[in-house]
Amino acid sequence: MSDAALTPQGYLQGLSRWRAIEIAFWLATLLPFFLLPDYLSLASQIAITALFALSLDIILGYGGIVSLGHAAFFGIGAYSAAIFSKFVMGEPLIGLVVAAAAAAAAGYATSFITARFRHFTLIMITLGLGLLAQEVANRAHWLTGGSDGFQGIDIWPVAGLFRFDLYGYTAYGYSLIVLFVLFLAARRLVNSPFGLSLRGIRENWVRMPAIGADRRAHIQKAYTIACTIAGIAGALLAQTTQTAALESISFQRSADVLVMLVLGGAGRLYGGLVGAIIFMVARDQFSGIEPQYWYFWIGVLLVMVVMLLPNGVLGGLAKLTARWRKS
Amino acid sequence: MTAGALPAQDAIAHRAIALAAKGLQKSFGSLRVARDIEISLPIGARYALIGPNGAGKTTLINLMTGMLAPDGGQIFLGEQDITRLRPGERVQRGLARTFQINTLFPGLNPLEAVTLAVNERRGISGEFWRNVAVHKESIDEAYDILSKLKLGGDCYRQTRELPYGRQRLLEIALALATKPKVLLLDEPAAGVPQEESGEIFEVVAGLSDDLTLLFIEHDMHVVFRFASHIIVLVGGAVFTAGSPAEISADPRVREVYLGKRKHG
Repeated sequence: MSDAALTPQGYLQGLSRWRAIEIAFWLATLLPFFLLPDYLSLASQIAITALFALSLDIILGYGGIVSLGHAAFFGIGAYSAAIFSKFVMGEPLIGLVVAAAAAAAAGYATSFITARFRHFTLIMITLGLGLLAQEVANRAHWLTGGSDGFQGIDIWPVAGLFRFDLYGYTAYGYSLIVLFVLFLAARRLVNSPFGLSLRGIRENWVRMPAIGADRRAHIQKAYTIACTIAGIAGALLAQTTQTAALESISFQRSADVLVMLVLGGAGRLYGGLVGAIIFMVARDQFSGIEPQYWYFWIGVLLVMVVMLLPNGVLGGLAKLTARWRKS
Repeated sequence: MTAGALPAQDAIAHRAIALAAKGLQKSFGSLRVARDIEISLPIGARYALIGPNGAGKTTLINLMTGMLAPDGGQIFLGEQDITRLRPGERVQRGLARTFQINTLFPGLNPLEAVTLAVNERRGISGEFWRNVAVHKESIDEAYDILSKLKLGGDCYRQTRELPYGRQRLLEIALALATKPKVLLLDEPAAGVPQEESGEIFEVVAGLSDDLTLLFIEHDMHVVFRFASHIIVLVGGAVFTAGSPAEISADPRVREVYLGKRKHG
């Protein structure tokens, strides 16, 4: 870091350089194929949830814009993919694109409302929008199957080659690749001029117009992008599990993803991924021990992390390594 | 824009107006904070805005920059009526401000913050598919502004860790990154020890001659030293205006402004 010849441009370039720990992380995501073949379905669900948490991180972690109804877009993606596969075709990648477009359209439409508000008002508005979406899905029983769940999804093999198997090899491989590609896109975004403007909005809402920024346009854009990615995550879940349920659009899912982001650490891209891993593994383990009351332990975990590590697990680790480097 | 001092001096001679307020009115409930304010700043002018606490100085800046909507009156930037424009649009047309209380980006470092402001001005802040480091011109311009304000050595430190005086300079750097034609400085040296405030005003005095300046300041030594013209605001109205010599010789100003200060 103490490079005397460092130019300002070189410095900014350096901030987005790939670190060894990142490469190690992504290599480790391949381990379940070899070490835990019995847990591939879980791994696939984790990858999907991680993608969902990543989408929330773009608006919450980078833009400082809170949402308590993010599952609405996850659900829109899930149902769009399900409906598309049943009535049009089962091609998974085209299904993803259709779901992304549907979630993007819904996200863009609601961004005109959400970009006007902040803080408590925004929490209530996004909560309301989430509940609204949930009830629409419930009411449209003829289309979504309501509380009975969506029936009749048939997904073709990925790229015409990889059939969705019982063990989840294809499911995990497919989810992981989509997660990785969108992670690369998100990583690009947060290191872009737009990413810098988003951080500006998070750091000082008042100053942004005073430097000539159009806050609202930035927020609408970030929100639409985040909703699109959430929709893709939802579509992945519908395609890999060959079902779509009300649970995918529920308030519970909106709350869970927020918990994951807080656990992992918001505003650092990997926070959502690590949070999703912790949350999903904890759920898997705790629900094995106590099927009825596993949320108790999630509650304990959440309170502990928020009290002891205000910036999440990754924030705590970053602090530790910084201290270790100094000494 | 014309460059160099001579055209700017010409402009002053011809009274070309950079910023003007016409009949500005604003009330908060029954409290009238702006009463029929008429001011006009010639291009390249260095104006000081003075007045006792609560005279409505910051309110006037808020009105002119669009952070408050006036109840009546008009604001002109050059020939253009900007009364209905949003704050961001006014900045894009060349009207920038700084804040009395630091309004910075605590979690960004000065290089990032000023690059952000330059990007916004250059219209590339919406680009989300390319790395921020691709735009060398933005970064170089940001670093250039920071160096001129002697912040080059601090540009990689997080803003929240900077000494207070440096943060005051960063306030000005952010405003300069918008390439303003008119800059309104709300107590640029507020909270800075007197011996350091000179340093900040040296920076202000060293700004381009094309730039039209209006600054709020309480220290009369600083005002008389750096202003070419002084506007005295009392109770939301322009009390008087004139050259430093005229204002310092005006017994009413002494009474209203300096007299009040004794109590404050």
